Amino acid sequence: MADARMPTPAPGSVAVPTARPGLADGVHRFFDSDVWFSFKRSPITIGAAAVTLLYFVMAVFGPWIAPHDPFDLAKLDLLDSLIPPAWMADGEARFPLGTDDQGRDLLSAIIYGSRVSLVIGFASVLLSMVIGIGLGLISGFVGGAIDAFIMRMAEIQLSFPAILVALLINGVIIGYFKTHPEWQVDQVTLAYVVLVLSIGLSNWVQYARTVRGSTLVERNKEYVQAAHVIGIHPAMIMWRHILPNVMGPVLVIATIQLALAVITEATLSFLGVGVPPTEPSLGTLIRVGNDYLFSGEWWVTIFPGAALAILVLAVNLLGDWLRDALNPKLR
Amino acid sequence: MSEAAVIKSPSTEGRFGHAMLKVEGLRRYFDVSAPWLNRVIGRQPRQILKAVDGIDFEIARGETFGLVGESGCGKSTVARLIVGLHGPTDGSITLEGRNIAGLTRRQMAPMRRRLQMIFQDPYASLNPRWRVRDIIAEPIRAFDLVSGDQAIATRVGELLTFVGLNPLDGEKFPHEFSGGQRQRISIARALASEPEFLVCDEPTSALDVSVQAQILNLMKDLQRELGLTYLFISHNLAVVYHISDRVGVMYLGKLVEVAPSKTLFTTPRHPYTRMLLDTIPDLDMTGRERMPVAGEVPNPITPPPGCSFHPRCPFANDRCRVEAPKALPVSGGATVACHGVEEGRVPSGPILAPPPKPDGVASVHG
Amino acid sequence: MTMASPLLQVRNLVVEFPTRRGALTAVDDVSFDIAEGEVLGVVGESGAGKSLTGAAIIGLLEPPGRVASGEIILEGRRIDTLSYEQMRRIRGKQIGAIFQDPLTSLNPLYSVGRQLTETILTHTDMTPTKARDRAIELLTEVGIPAPERRIDQYPHQFSGGMRQRVVIALALCVNPRLVVADEPTTALDVSIQAQIIALLKKLCREHGTAIMLVTHDMGVIAETADRVAVMYAGRIAEIGPVREVIKNAKHPYTHGLMGSIPAVGHDAERLEQIPGSMPRLTDIPTGCAFNRRCLHVHERCFKDRPDALPVEDSRVACWLYDSANAMSLDEAKRAVASKETGSVEQANV
Repeated sequence: MADARMPTPAPGSVAVPTARPGLADGVHRFFDSDVWFSFKRSPITIGAAAVTLLYFVMAVFGPWIAPHDPFDLAKLDLLDSLIPPAWMADGEARFPLGTDDQGRDLLSAIIYGSRVSLVIGFASVLLSMVIGIGLGLISGFVGGAIDAFIMRMAEIQLSFPAILVALLINGVIIGYFKTHPEWQVDQVTLAYVVLVLSIGLSNWVQYARTVRGSTLVERNKEYVQAAHVIGIHPAMIMWRHILPNVMGPVLVIATIQLALAVITEATLSFLGVGVPPTEPSLGTLIRVGNDYLFSGEWWVTIFPGAALAILVLAVNLLGDWLRDALNPKLR
Repeated sequence: MSEAAVIKSPSTEGRFGHAMLKVEGLRRYFDVSAPWLNRVIGRQPRQILKAVDGIDFEIARGETFGLVGESGCGKSTVARLIVGLHGPTDGSITLEGRNIAGLTRRQMAPMRRRLQMIFQDPYASLNPRWRVRDIIAEPIRAFDLVSGDQAIATRVGELLTFVGLNPLDGEKFPHEFSGGQRQRISIARALASEPEFLVCDEPTSALDVSVQAQILNLMKDLQRELGLTYLFISHNLAVVYHISDRVGVMYLGKLVEVAPSKTLFTTPRHPYTRMLLDTIPDLDMTGRERMPVAGEVPNPITPPPGCSFHPRCPFANDRCRVEAPKALPVSGGATVACHGVEEGRVPSGPILAPPPKPDGVASVHG
Repeated sequence: MTMASPLLQVRNLVVEFPTRRGALTAVDDVSFDIAEGEVLGVVGESGAGKSLTGAAIIGLLEPPGRVASGEIILEGRRIDTLSYEQMRRIRGKQIGAIFQDPLTSLNPLYSVGRQLTETILTHTDMTPTKARDRAIELLTEVGIPAPERRIDQYPHQFSGGMRQRVVIALALCVNPRLVVADEPTTALDVSIQAQIIALLKKLCREHGTAIMLVTHDMGVIAETADRVAVMYAGRIAEIGPVREVIKNAKHPYTHGLMGSIPAVGHDAERLEQIPGSMPRLTDIPTGCAFNRRCLHVHERCFKDRPDALPVEDSRVACWLYDSANAMSLDEAKRAVASKETGSVEQANV
């Protein structure tokens, strides 16, 4: 190591070496790490984390938190439709953020909607992560014609806008289920599956490229060669040696992609190919509310829109921070 | 060292008995051409890098064979060919009478345990995400040498003690260690499979001198106690002199001289060997004026015809420019590939003992 | 060479790196002089602070590193307090720099000639034609064949050794009084190393340029330097004439270091080795930084940090040479050369 770099040690290397086993050690290491340190020092990141956490709590505990159940058609009363927020002249305390055209409480709809958005977001990020990491690892590790094939595929997909790819996949899958009625899926589940598949399949490229790049670097490192000399099976080398060492950048992408997936879902729902209005996501709420924007009932679209914007912003800020915190060059 | 008992010492049948490793006509070419499309558009020819271009040598059991040369001479490729990280283009590598050149992973499996490698960069040769105990246990598990977690843990502790570390160090991660300690871990991993032959590719080049001394001493101790055979690759001539019994000098993919260490350093024959020896810094402060040899190593993709050293050689004649020299035995157990030596054109004799010069370093300072 | 006032004076230099666990002192109270035309070697293991000392002098400490105290005086002018812009001008004119990797010192997008002439034009009032002539002259001087042709080539068209020659030419553009060379030969092959060392020596002799040569390689020091400073854990352990330090090391660390270098013709089954390794910056012991590894350690070494004591022509930071010591100088020197341990059992840490 060159002298000049000496005083900025690798993450955690200043930590007092202790032989604490298991979870306690892991927890200790985390709170002792530079990542935690940089988190504590950034108020914006703490704010973003708090907001994200709030959405998660809302998503998990939605049914207990929300004042009404917007999915229960029996409880809806058309007389309650389009009531403005509580603080306005015609507002009612029952509906803090007002109601939509069907008389649903907007606050409750947003809480349930975030739940839908986050579930679809997470599932699709997970799907693209698995596909992207797998293909990226194989591409970088095996190289040659397989690498060329996977990367050309990625480039072809990249040359189309992601939303177009999602729409295409969406259409194909819906078409498939229509011609194969033996699957017998109900509308809502189908909508979920279609959304996750189309968003997930349209976003794997970034993971694949990043993982391939890191794999190319790691593959030539001596610890990988040492494993080859021992005679470890290449698949095991990929899984046990290389994968853990390429996950850092993947986590960063995953965070940012979560925001992107939520937006894509909203866009697809807004375009009418997403979840049906009976179980609205944030995107569906915005679309429905859009019709009333110019007739004065602004709250029907503005509140879901703001909820989406805040969620996406918070997750993005977290992703940006994570990228910087894990990047040794910026530390 | 009482710990010697923990590693079963293979019986050494006398020092330098039969050949443990035999390399014959070993070649490895790399295709370094531009991608196909660029080549067609730019009308470029295929470019072949002859990293190792026909070398022969033998290493006896219990011996240390040093391989020296400048960067790009192919010495690291030789190391990688022997442990099977590269397949050879041509030639054979015989370990204990069995050809291991170009075997598949599965065919190679029974030989791997006996053949391990120590790498140059102690910061890259250990997986940063693994605990030291798992790193050292990997070969034990892979070769199924010891079964049961408890037994493996004990064995790892023994190995750590054996290379001068604490058994408790197994719980730590590589970044908690200094370069020298990491190299010890690397050695412990190599020893875990109880090998007989170790390929050491510049094992001390990334270390500070005081740490280098510790590692070299450790390697010598291990060799004595376990009867190990080393192929020791380095660009540092003094290190090679210190550790090797016999030394091979490589230049542009070829072995230009092989000789017992003493012979090579006292009576070097090949002009390139002499040039290398003359670059050794003078720590005895004799004030010897060195004659830096002009020129640099040519591009290995387009090596000069004939003897590849001829553009830098003060003794080169027309024959050297056309005909590649063959390795021929000379006195003192050495083999030299040089027309000049063969024809007696190159004066022999030591060049290490310099004529004392009156105006050396001291007078410059005065 | 007797000089009225040294070209460069470094007084009690301290370089710190603030971290979240407090400031790490990477260079700790380092003082030395460099005379005009002198080659001072600074040698030490990685992390000893030798490169940081060089970087502090040329004003290129990487943030957050900073000069916490001490003075750096070049030709009678204090330069450690200058602004970045003022320092940049000094770097062009009075101090040249040569780094380990020639590729990072050269801009890959500009031809070698353009980089040379631009540097010359920035710091002198030569005409562009004159500057180009000067650039060719410099390339000739550093031993680049066919400089008229090669001046218009780009760095990637040069080999490693040739690139380092270009970097040297670049450092010498405007006849600096001092060149700070940080590991100038480390990235090069042995045969090229010898050529570069010979070149540095020649230039130093012909131009009267002083060189601060930072390296981990004792061989390079032995070949090149007039005086040498041996650094350990951010401090100077020993500084003196190169012959004295190498042949007649006085500090136990230097002595151990010299013994651990393998040499052709020295037949020893084992090399001498210093136990342990240099402490991390977070873990430098009180008293003498070398006390945990020293064979001659005394109680005092754990309490007080040794001063740089004058011993013959050198200065040595070791209590063995304190005049208050019961030992005479000869006894102390013998003690260091022997392998007997001091009065206190070696602390096993």
